Amino acid sequence: MDNKSLVSIDDYTKEEILEVLARAAEFEKNPNCSLLEGKVVASLFFEPSTRTRLSFETAISRMGGRIVGFTDSSSSSVTKGETLKDTTKMVSNYCDLIVMRHPIEGSARYASEVSDVPVINAGDGANQHPSQTMLDLYSIMKTQGTLENLNIFMVGDLKYGRTVHSLLMALSHFNPTFHFIAPPELEIPRGYKIFMEKNNIKYFEHTEFNDIINDADILYMTRVQKERFADPLEYEKVKNVYILKNDMLSNTKDNMRILHPLPRVNEIAVDVDTNPKAYYFEQALNGVYARQAIIAKALNL
Amino acid sequence: MNTKKELQVSAIENGTVIDHIPAEYLFQVITILGLDKSKNSVTFGNNLESKLLGKKAIIKISDKFFEDEEINKISLIAPHAKLNIIRDYKVAEKKIVESPEKVIGIAKCMNPKCITNVEAVTTRFKVINNSPITLKCHYCEKITDHKNIEIV
Ligand SMILES: [Zn+2]
Repeated sequence: MDNKSLVSIDDYTKEEILEVLARAAEFEKNPNCSLLEGKVVASLFFEPSTRTRLSFETAISRMGGRIVGFTDSSSSSVTKGETLKDTTKMVSNYCDLIVMRHPIEGSARYASEVSDVPVINAGDGANQHPSQTMLDLYSIMKTQGTLENLNIFMVGDLKYGRTVHSLLMALSHFNPTFHFIAPPELEIPRGYKIFMEKNNIKYFEHTEFNDIINDADILYMTRVQKERFADPLEYEKVKNVYILKNDMLSNTKDNMRILHPLPRVNEIAVDVDTNPKAYYFEQALNGVYARQAIIAKALNL
Repeated sequence: MNTKKELQVSAIENGTVIDHIPAEYLFQVITILGLDKSKNSVTFGNNLESKLLGKKAIIKISDKFFEDEEINKISLIAPHAKLNIIRDYKVAEKKIVESPEKVIGIAKCMNPKCITNVEAVTTRFKVINNSPITLKCHYCEKITDHKNIEIV
């Protein structure tokens, strides 16, 4: 077991979150370095995720590291029935760090326990995706200058969206006020409400997506996916309710920024893209710096 | 201790009486403890009146003294169970079954997409609530609630 692994956002304390974000800012100033020179990083993508993989591999390359691995399990021994345990043990003999994406929930935690080198979770099914959370936090920090006392509005699929849940947990260190805007079918799960109540975190729930967003510092948009609805008619009813259009932004705060984990479908109208409050493309670029900082911390560099 | 209770628990010479088992879990407790395969003499009563549980069950096992690990297993479905250790027809010791903080290798995670249900991984849970007992998987981080607890 290696405590340098990053499997769940809860593995970081508040201090560690701030430390990694400060490091990310340094990497943004000087992205190219030789911290990973002579090191081999295994990039194990048991399911394809081009966006996340390219972001990690760019981070590794900019730090001078070498990459081994596979981009989906059909090209690996996994298809021959090798267990995750055996694959992880074998790979951990070859490399200094493992970056892993796997469709099975809990796989990253398990891999971190059987591996001799740290494991960074690049997504384990519907469970955790901590590097996404760190890039979201970095984007919030960069645009707001702080993580403390912010009005965070989350919109769309708040039930299944793992990015929403992890961001909620991470921000809970920083005295936020949450506003959740979602159809009743996709409201924030009860477990998270209990968590917020226990920790005295203010939150409000809304089903209407209207000028309440004028109070927002951060507007975190997510996709409402058709396959989440048991009844297709229910989806038809709500699919156009949670779409952000440019004219909804006219009375929002100047410091407000719109985030989205990407890819989007239609939940942000294209006319928003040129609004200075749209931040989702820069947000994606921040992922490289956040991941460089996560890697440096995992290897104690 | 009143006379009636004395009679209930004193009917064996040496062994263990497990009291305050929720009536609906009697047969699960028997299975978990392997009493269905036991050579010891086992007697039980079910649907007895209980102020605490409504209906309860009692199991008496002669010449059997449980290890803590076995008691730990019972606590998952019978968190209020009490053990009376009987020696020479007398209650020599009482034990309260308390929920452990962690549950290792006993229960199954109810999430079919969890690694512990895909590969041979020993399950590990944190007990996040005692009554009703609620488990949080160390791996997939999903909740397995009281009603869905299955014993490995
Ligand atoms: Zn699990």
